[in-house]
Amino acid sequence: MAEEECELSDEQKKEIAKWFLYNAPSGEIQYIAKDLRSVLNDDKLYDEATSEAFPLYNKSHLICLELPCRSGDVLITPYNELEENQFIEPRTAQIVTIDHVKQACTEVRPAADEELASPYVEEFRCALDAEILKYVEEAYPKGVCSVYCVDGKDAEGPGCNFEFAVVIAAARNSPKNFCNGSWRSVWNIKFKEDALEIKGKLQVDAHYFEEGNVQLDAEQECQDGTIFQAPDDCAISIANIIRHHEAEYLKSLETSYSNLSDKTFKDLRRKLPVTRTLFPWHNTLQFSLTRDIQKELGIGK
Amino acid sequence: MEAALGLMRRIPPKHSVTALSALVSLLPNHSSDLLSQVDQPLQVLCDSESGKEFILCEYNRDADSYRSPWSNKYHPPLGDALLPSDELRKLEVEANEVFAIYRDQYYEGGISSVYLWEDNNEGFVACFLIKKDGARTAHGRRGYLQEGLWEAIHVIEVGPEDETTRYCLTSTVMLSLTTDKESSGTFNLSGSIRRQMTMDLPLADGHLCNMGKMIEEMEGKLRNSLDQVYFGKTKEMVCTLRPPSEVVMRLPNS
Repeated sequence: MAEEECELSDEQKKEIAKWFLYNAPSGEIQYIAKDLRSVLNDDKLYDEATSEAFPLYNKSHLICLELPCRSGDVLITPYNELEENQFIEPRTAQIVTIDHVKQACTEVRPAADEELASPYVEEFRCALDAEILKYVEEAYPKGVCSVYCVDGKDAEGPGCNFEFAVVIAAARNSPKNFCNGSWRSVWNIKFKEDALEIKGKLQVDAHYFEEGNVQLDAEQECQDGTIFQAPDDCAISIANIIRHHEAEYLKSLETSYSNLSDKTFKDLRRKLPVTRTLFPWHNTLQFSLTRDIQKELGIGK
Repeated sequence: MEAALGLMRRIPPKHSVTALSALVSLLPNHSSDLLSQVDQPLQVLCDSESGKEFILCEYNRDADSYRSPWSNKYHPPLGDALLPSDELRKLEVEANEVFAIYRDQYYEGGISSVYLWEDNNEGFVACFLIKKDGARTAHGRRGYLQEGLWEAIHVIEVGPEDETTRYCLTSTVMLSLTTDKESSGTFNLSGSIRRQMTMDLPLADGHLCNMGKMIEEMEGKLRNSLDQVYFGKTKEMVCTLRPPSEVVMRLPNS
């Protein structure tokens, strides 16, 4: 098949390597990277691929890194990225520099005033952050969350629009039990003059790989809205909306599971034939077996 | 090579075709190993003579042609191609007929194929394949479009005939289930599991009976395993990430 075909160019190999890295299941990119390094057998190419793929993976999977000195966590997302390796952590007003490939923080410094939102916007952000934190602590055993201002952070007063992104991430990695999974929800909230537009995207995935490779991959988008109120009231309102939609989504996932289990699986393969007995293989000794079996099983042909 | 297989175990099953061809192009020297050790979704061709469909796999392939178990001819035609011996072909014909009935009893539809070939140890190898596409019976339940694909590959190495004959079965089942909800949500559960079983059986009932019973038992076990693995572990993971609200409300308020 490939004896005389021209070998792949370095660029092509790099693209393939990046594809593998980017499609790694939650929590498994380091394992994939290790195997990939073996397969590529070219450290320079491997380094190039990882330096390009890891940032994309990290941001898309909303990974959570511990801040130095255990002062908290920072989420790596497209919504709080300042420069390529710099991310803002608004709850503690810090800017974190990270190494994407090592998936670790390298530097932390306090945020400058210009990097933070205006006091007007910050009031809303802070109130919302507190409510979401309460919600996440109660709903997710190991959830992490943050609220970022993604637009209009310098808004000075009523009449100026701004936009937040609420990010909730929960991951459960149990490689010893051959099971990994993650929940990611991102809620975009546009604050307009008299109303709030809310859009959510929920993603769940799970990977079980003991003697096999089974993956769940589910996502859902939803929309809602509410009125513009004082920061605390907005926060409570938004948190309730999020809580409602996420709980509904979980219910619908459970329904999907039972539908697939009850209906589709049975449509694919029965537990036993209609005769409620195992297949009569014995009658295959004679040649006119097929006709005998058909008669026995009552198949008209 | 180990690393390549490791990658295949982790990449999402829905990407397995892309992943395998990527690996084969990165490791051309290992291509035949990869192709025989990694299971891919089963493809089907139609036998021009009998009009029946048959399943394609490495075991009925020679160069770029595939042999139909119904007519014993290669598609597209291939001169000087590998064919089973007359004796084996007779058993193969019988196997295909009986397995088709078995398939109908359990799967109520679908396509099956059986291929036999001599191996180097005075025995032979048999490959039983089933492909069932549930999407053809798409029931729009409350607006859900459901898709289900079941593919089974059973390879049995049959040892030399003696007082008892040794049968080594390696079975792989690949499953893909998708629900497309109209309210812009998608739900996809797919993957594969593989098991092995070895038995020493007397030849009194014939090879077909022995192999058939093993396959039937194995499929039953795999089906249950899939139910627990697919619907069990992954669901468990989801509920661990975010327990259902009934559970949460029972926790003391913080």
